[in-house]
Amino acid sequence: MSPAILLLLAIGLGLAGWLVARSRAWKFRASAPGGRLPSLPVYHAWYAGLWVGVPVLLFAAIWNAVSPGLILSHVLSSPGAQDIPAFGMQRDAILSQARAVAEGNADRVLLPEAQALVEPFREALTLYSWMGLAATLVIAIAAGIWAFSRLKPQFAARQHVERWVSVTLLLASLVAILTTFGIFITLVFETVRFFGMVSPVDFLFGTHWGPDPMAAADRPDGSRYGAIPLFWGTLFIGAIIAMIVAIPIGLMSAIYLTQYAKPGVRKWIKPALEILAGVPTVVYGYFAALTIAPAIREIAISAGIANASSESALAAGLVMGVMIIPFVSSMADDSIAAVPQAMRDGSLAMGATTNETIRRVLVPAALPGIVAGIMLAVSRAIGETMIVVMAAGYAANLSANPLEAMTTVTVQIVAMLTGEASMDHPATLSAFALGFVLFIITLALNVVALRVVKKYREAYE
Amino acid sequence: MVTQDTLTPAPATPVSAEDVPVGAPKMRARDVSVFYGEKKAIDEVSIDIHTEHVTAFIGPSGCGKSTFLRALNRMNDTIASARVEGTIELEGEDIYQSGMDVVQLRARVGMVFQKPNPFPKTIYENIAYGPKIHGLAQTKGEIDAIVEKSLTRAGLWEEVKDRLEDSGTALSGGQQQRLCIARAIAVDPEVILMDEPCSALDPIATAKIEELIDELRGRYAIVIVTHSMQQAARVSQRTAFFHLGNLVEYGHTSDIFTNPREQKTQDYITGRYG
Repeated sequence: MSPAILLLLAIGLGLAGWLVARSRAWKFRASAPGGRLPSLPVYHAWYAGLWVGVPVLLFAAIWNAVSPGLILSHVLSSPGAQDIPAFGMQRDAILSQARAVAEGNADRVLLPEAQALVEPFREALTLYSWMGLAATLVIAIAAGIWAFSRLKPQFAARQHVERWVSVTLLLASLVAILTTFGIFITLVFETVRFFGMVSPVDFLFGTHWGPDPMAAADRPDGSRYGAIPLFWGTLFIGAIIAMIVAIPIGLMSAIYLTQYAKPGVRKWIKPALEILAGVPTVVYGYFAALTIAPAIREIAISAGIANASSESALAAGLVMGVMIIPFVSSMADDSIAAVPQAMRDGSLAMGATTNETIRRVLVPAALPGIVAGIMLAVSRAIGETMIVVMAAGYAANLSANPLEAMTTVTVQIVAMLTGEASMDHPATLSAFALGFVLFIITLALNVVALRVVKKYREAYE
Repeated sequence: MVTQDTLTPAPATPVSAEDVPVGAPKMRARDVSVFYGEKKAIDEVSIDIHTEHVTAFIGPSGCGKSTFLRALNRMNDTIASARVEGTIELEGEDIYQSGMDVVQLRARVGMVFQKPNPFPKTIYENIAYGPKIHGLAQTKGEIDAIVEKSLTRAGLWEEVKDRLEDSGTALSGGQQQRLCIARAIAVDPEVILMDEPCSALDPIATAKIEELIDELRGRYAIVIVTHSMQQAARVSQRTAFFHLGNLVEYGHTSDIFTNPREQKTQDYITGRYG
């Protein structure tokens, strides 16, 4: 029984329950004094519909997970299964061929051993699809009867449906949290494996990064896994160069938009600025690699720096700074606009100019929001990959010279995961350790930013 | 508490404000109309504001008294759709003429708002803000002196002298409003405009502010917008009654409250409407 059929069945049965319950509720309503019930008929309908549809859906999910195993064990217990190999690719090929023929997806088997299994497979598929269908119907009818037995004119169907809704919303919010948690667990596991091979001290404090995917996996050279150049590159490009661009420009544009711009101008500039946030980062990458990086090189050469490389931290940082201007400016814009008009009036009434009011009253009052915006922008910048790959390169240099090629944590994660080494090689596993460190840093930045925002909200409400 | 006896005694014969000889008025408004877009909020109001007097603007909600008050230091400039016609003079100088520096104007005509709006800075910084932006003091000592003088005049010094580094927003509502008054005093204005300064305060804080207004009267021209007729009667020497954007009657407070010339004023102060 395919999942799609079970899903349709669940919806169909739920719909049937919905319709029947609604017509029943209309009858309640017709006989009720004044035609009023505590719950509208539509709530009775949803109550029954959900009670039929959701258990069926849950069953379908479980059945979908367990039925292949049941089918397989049925097939393996058949006499024709005695001859097939116990393990390996040959066994898998035989089983999958037999199954394909049994399901009608293939005309004939290529391996002779499979022929004996076609018939058991066909039997098992038929048996279990009937069983699945029967169980579905039993569950639907049982749940339906239970739900209908509760439908009375005075039944509080609305409250029950509201509870269903709130549970659904809770599940929706849990999805994101559980996913984050799952990501974290994966990272932790792989990171622990990595640190089993390479010492955390070498990794966190070493200054040479050059994992060799060809080296023997069991005796990695810890001195090649020093991640300091990557952390430095990330910090230098994402948190220093990019911020030198983004903070002043973002702040100034926010101040212009909230305090000086006429409504007509604001109406155009603000969305235009926000479009900047929607440009795919790979497009920024082109721009950095094809326009900015060569231009910087030209300037450096004409300034007498002969060995200027065409890949530079400066190019990546500048373009990244432009990319995150909207993050800084929109948070700063919101928090400046949230400063009560009374503050502004109070300052202007003292004879302060608009400029003095902004510098001395509005920006200090909005500072927590501005700082939070900057921190979010930093966490965005240090997680950025494409621009760095295209403009700053892969070379892990530990240097303070912005004209040199550099690389960042995210770039090396991609490089290590897509490299030639196998999944359990320390070079590959180092990607998880890098991801783990990045995760912790951005998480910390986000937590701090959220706390600052919260504190800021308390100040004015 | 300010009582009726502390007010200037009413003249024996009822007179209109225009014919009381108290020297040249500090501010003089002639045929002032204020528009919000197409809507006329104030219709050709003429009034004189005298120094060392408290002038109260009373009238029902929406009568334009706050709008007119904000025209006196050009705070309406911050509203894009607002437009002012007519002339308002401060010591004979038209404040709406093109060469007028609104920064200088607001330093001379200070303002206190309905809701206390101290800056989210320290008490000290709240007071020092104005003197600093206007360059009234150069050294720390000079600023300290201004802070102390202003807080003392606002009757707040004894309460806050040990906590000048606390945030201004941490004070109680009444203290915050006195802080705002001290802040306005700190730039040494000639006129102080107060827009319902007690409407967000409890009766005890209100009494303190009223007492303070009476003390400040000796130095400044004070204009107060109020919804409370008792407050107008207690603190002001002159009262202007606004209705639907018109100045209905202006005169000595005692006359307005005991012997108004206009039937509308009579109806309002006896609580028949508004």
